[in-house]
Amino acid sequence: MITPNSKTLVLLVLLVLGFTGVWRLQQGIDAQRAALHEERDELVLRSGKLLKAMSLEYTPLLADFYWTRVVQYYGDKRARHDLHFELLSPLLDLTTTLDPHLLVAYRFGSTFLSEPSPRGAGHPEQGIALLERGIQANPEYWRFYQDMGFIYYFELKDYAKASAAFEKGSEYPDSQIWMKVMAAKVAAEGESLSTSIFLWRQVYETTKDPQVKENALTHLQLLGVQEDCKQLDKLADEFQKRTGRRPTRVSELVQVGMLPQLPVDPMGYPYVFGPDGKAALNLNSPLLEQQLLHQNAK
Amino acid sequence: MKRAGAVALNTFREAVRDRVLYNLVFFALLMMAAAIFVGQISIGIEELVIKSLGLSAISVIGLLIAVFIGVGLVYKEMDKRTLYALLAKPVRRWEFLLGKFGGLVLTLAVNTVAMAAGLLAALVYVKQHLERTDTVLFVAIYFILLKLMLVVALALLFSCFSTPLLAILYTSAFYVAGLFVEEMRTFQFATPNPAASWLLRGLSYLLPNFENFNVMAAAAHGREIPGALILQNTAYAALYCIIVLLIAAAVFSRRNLK
Amino acid sequence: MAGATIEIENLTKDYPYGFLHLKKKRSLEGLTMQVEDGEVFGFLGPNGAGKSTTIKLLVGLIFPDAGTASILGKPITDIEMHRDIGYLPEQPYFYDYLTAAEVLDYFARFHDLTAADRSERVKRMLKKVGLETAGKIQLRKYSKGMLQRVGLAQAILHDPKVVILDEPMSGLDPIGRREVRDIILELKREGRTVLFSTHILSDAEMLCDRVGVIVGGKLRGVGAPGEIVGMKTQGMEILFELPASTATSTASANAAGILAKAAKTGDRYRLQVTEEELYAALEQLRSAGAKILSVTQVKATLEEYFMHLIEADRAQAAAVEVSGK
Ligand SMILES: Nc1ncnc2c1ncn2[C@@H]1O[C@H](COP(=O)(O)OP(=O)(O)O)[C@@H](O)[C@H]1O
Ligand SMILES: [Mg+2]
Repeated sequence: MITPNSKTLVLLVLLVLGFTGVWRLQQGIDAQRAALHEERDELVLRSGKLLKAMSLEYTPLLADFYWTRVVQYYGDKRARHDLHFELLSPLLDLTTTLDPHLLVAYRFGSTFLSEPSPRGAGHPEQGIALLERGIQANPEYWRFYQDMGFIYYFELKDYAKASAAFEKGSEYPDSQIWMKVMAAKVAAEGESLSTSIFLWRQVYETTKDPQVKENALTHLQLLGVQEDCKQLDKLADEFQKRTGRRPTRVSELVQVGMLPQLPVDPMGYPYVFGPDGKAALNLNSPLLEQQLLHQNAK
Repeated sequence: MKRAGAVALNTFREAVRDRVLYNLVFFALLMMAAAIFVGQISIGIEELVIKSLGLSAISVIGLLIAVFIGVGLVYKEMDKRTLYALLAKPVRRWEFLLGKFGGLVLTLAVNTVAMAAGLLAALVYVKQHLERTDTVLFVAIYFILLKLMLVVALALLFSCFSTPLLAILYTSAFYVAGLFVEEMRTFQFATPNPAASWLLRGLSYLLPNFENFNVMAAAAHGREIPGALILQNTAYAALYCIIVLLIAAAVFSRRNLK
Repeated sequence: MAGATIEIENLTKDYPYGFLHLKKKRSLEGLTMQVEDGEVFGFLGPNGAGKSTTIKLLVGLIFPDAGTASILGKPITDIEMHRDIGYLPEQPYFYDYLTAAEVLDYFARFHDLTAADRSERVKRMLKKVGLETAGKIQLRKYSKGMLQRVGLAQAILHDPKVVILDEPMSGLDPIGRREVRDIILELKREGRTVLFSTHILSDAEMLCDRVGVIVGGKLRGVGAPGEIVGMKTQGMEILFELPASTATSTASANAAGILAKAAKTGDRYRLQVTEEELYAALEQLRSAGAKILSVTQVKATLEEYFMHLIEADRAQAAAVEVSGK
């Protein structure tokens, strides 16, 4: 006799089996489809104006949709270590055409368009162009000048233009005072460690975007490492003067009392002296990979 | 089985008498217009345009039929009380559901085959001949039919316990979600919350993945589709339909008719 | 196996209602009854009494909250039971894109019949319910009465041993009612068991071997139509005329007491008396010069009986409420 309860039980078992089967099949299908090499990133429409016309009254919704795609596209590529960001620029164009006031899209976009591979597309000129459109559509927003100065300073190394951008931004009554300071400092010194650290710290402290924040943190850590290594090299010179030979281990500096303890990098790994006698990151430090990628990009 | 067949044939007859197949006239006109004008507007990619337009139309028209008729399959019979006399006959409720499902799938199959013929005719008109790579079109159309089967099963399920309007909403929601399953999987990189990411990943495997059946781009470009994918997609659609119909039968068998 | 053709045991049905279906309304309460082989059983009750609920439970359209029932020895959950029953739903409706012949053919497919047998039966049934000329017309053009006939035809198409009809006479004109009555009597002659529901007394009286009265979801009594329903005579009615010449005469003065009790319509008077009083009253009237036109038995109408039961229910409910406080 089949009671309703035993029927329910049988049903549940069947469902679990069925969904397990679905799960397994899906993995097989995924493998097959990956082999098909279908470029799912294909953008059907590249004209933002046409898209805007077609989206009827749902333009803002569509803009949000594309903005989500931008973030996903970037996150996905990063996760897959795929270094080709060729759709980033058209996607950003579409997004900002659909909604020219989506400030976050300009800021996020200009950063990752400009950053060198593997972090970004390595096209600072596209980043600048995006920001210029952003300024045109949102003339009241001073932070675009901060971002612009940033790109000129870090990526294009054009310190005159960087200074000019900071100067322009500092004229906004609601801009922050350091913009003026930076304008003067960059004009006078060009690139300097303290300026770089300051600029990244600004980004790190003001952004809400987790990907931008993570990126800024990495830069800050690498700059910190740069600074630390410079100090360690100075101490090594000092040591050489005193003892007549270069130290091969950092612990030697501690032993002679030049350092209170073993210095560590921002991830907690002790620094080492490389074969060339210069201070460097520990081979185990996760920052090493970032540093190498960064140096390659330059 | 014989009884489910009777229900299926009657469902098919209803669709025919309700002039559902008239959509074929629309499709034929669309294909004809495309075939005639495509040469003038898109030089060099006529074939591509005909193929992708034809496949898209087959998919969209099929979806409209599957959803709009599917959501009424059971509800309408309960609402109009045509089901009362039937269920007093020696027919089990799951046999009725199976018959309803089969009837609409049969309708869609007939419809799709007719549209496929129209697409081929348009293609022959434009290209003057057919090539071996054009067989990929049949695979794409077969996949569309599999997809439609799954949509019918979902619509039928919702038809068992909700009004057509809500059922349309539910079915479309599942369909749209099923198209974004792969996005859901990559989305986890953007959500730092591990629980949400885990949940999304699980869902992405359990929701009906309609993107599986989308090979329109490959078909339009005449790229070969591996036989294993055809088999797996067939198994996927069949298994998923069985699951959904099983749930529908469980729901419907317990249901009190008003 | 138990003897009765339809065995109903403590059948109970609640309909959920309200927000999230949290509340329940009891539509049928502990129904226990039997329908014997070969009898025509009338299920009598006012609207909303639970007749359709009972019938839908029997044919498996809804499921009981408690109790069991079996037909021809098979429990109602058994699909085999459906082979031998025919069911006419209340206010039947069929696929309106089909013709009557197509609908009957469709239903016939669910029974194990050959194609030839099917078409022969469809023809015979259409003739039987008087639709042979309308068989080729789509049902969307049918009137309510015609649909009722189609419903009847599909119910008896497969020679079921038990026929269950929910309000088979409603929506029909007098000729239609008569034809349905004839069909039911024919089914009885053929030895089939018929259970039908109605809220009209005369239908039940004319056709049924036994009736069951149901009010407010509870069975109030089962028996032959004469025994039940309080249909025993409640007295006698005398219809008479009083010639104008005698109306004012002294003789009529003798009958003044009686005349005061009579109701006058036109020239005629109606007078209700108990059986014991009948002869005395007749005597009095004759002496007053009245011309007696007829003497008939008075029966309570079904409506009165139902009202009586419902009021009894209310009184009881009120009493329970008071005692509950
Ligand atoms: N689907 C339903 N939902 C809620 N209540 C119902 C439903 N069907 C019937 N009822 C209630 O059950 C009671 C009995 O109804 P029914 O069996 O149809 O009476 P009838 O004797 O007129 O056929 C009525 O009070 C009715 O309101
Ligand atoms: Mg009723």
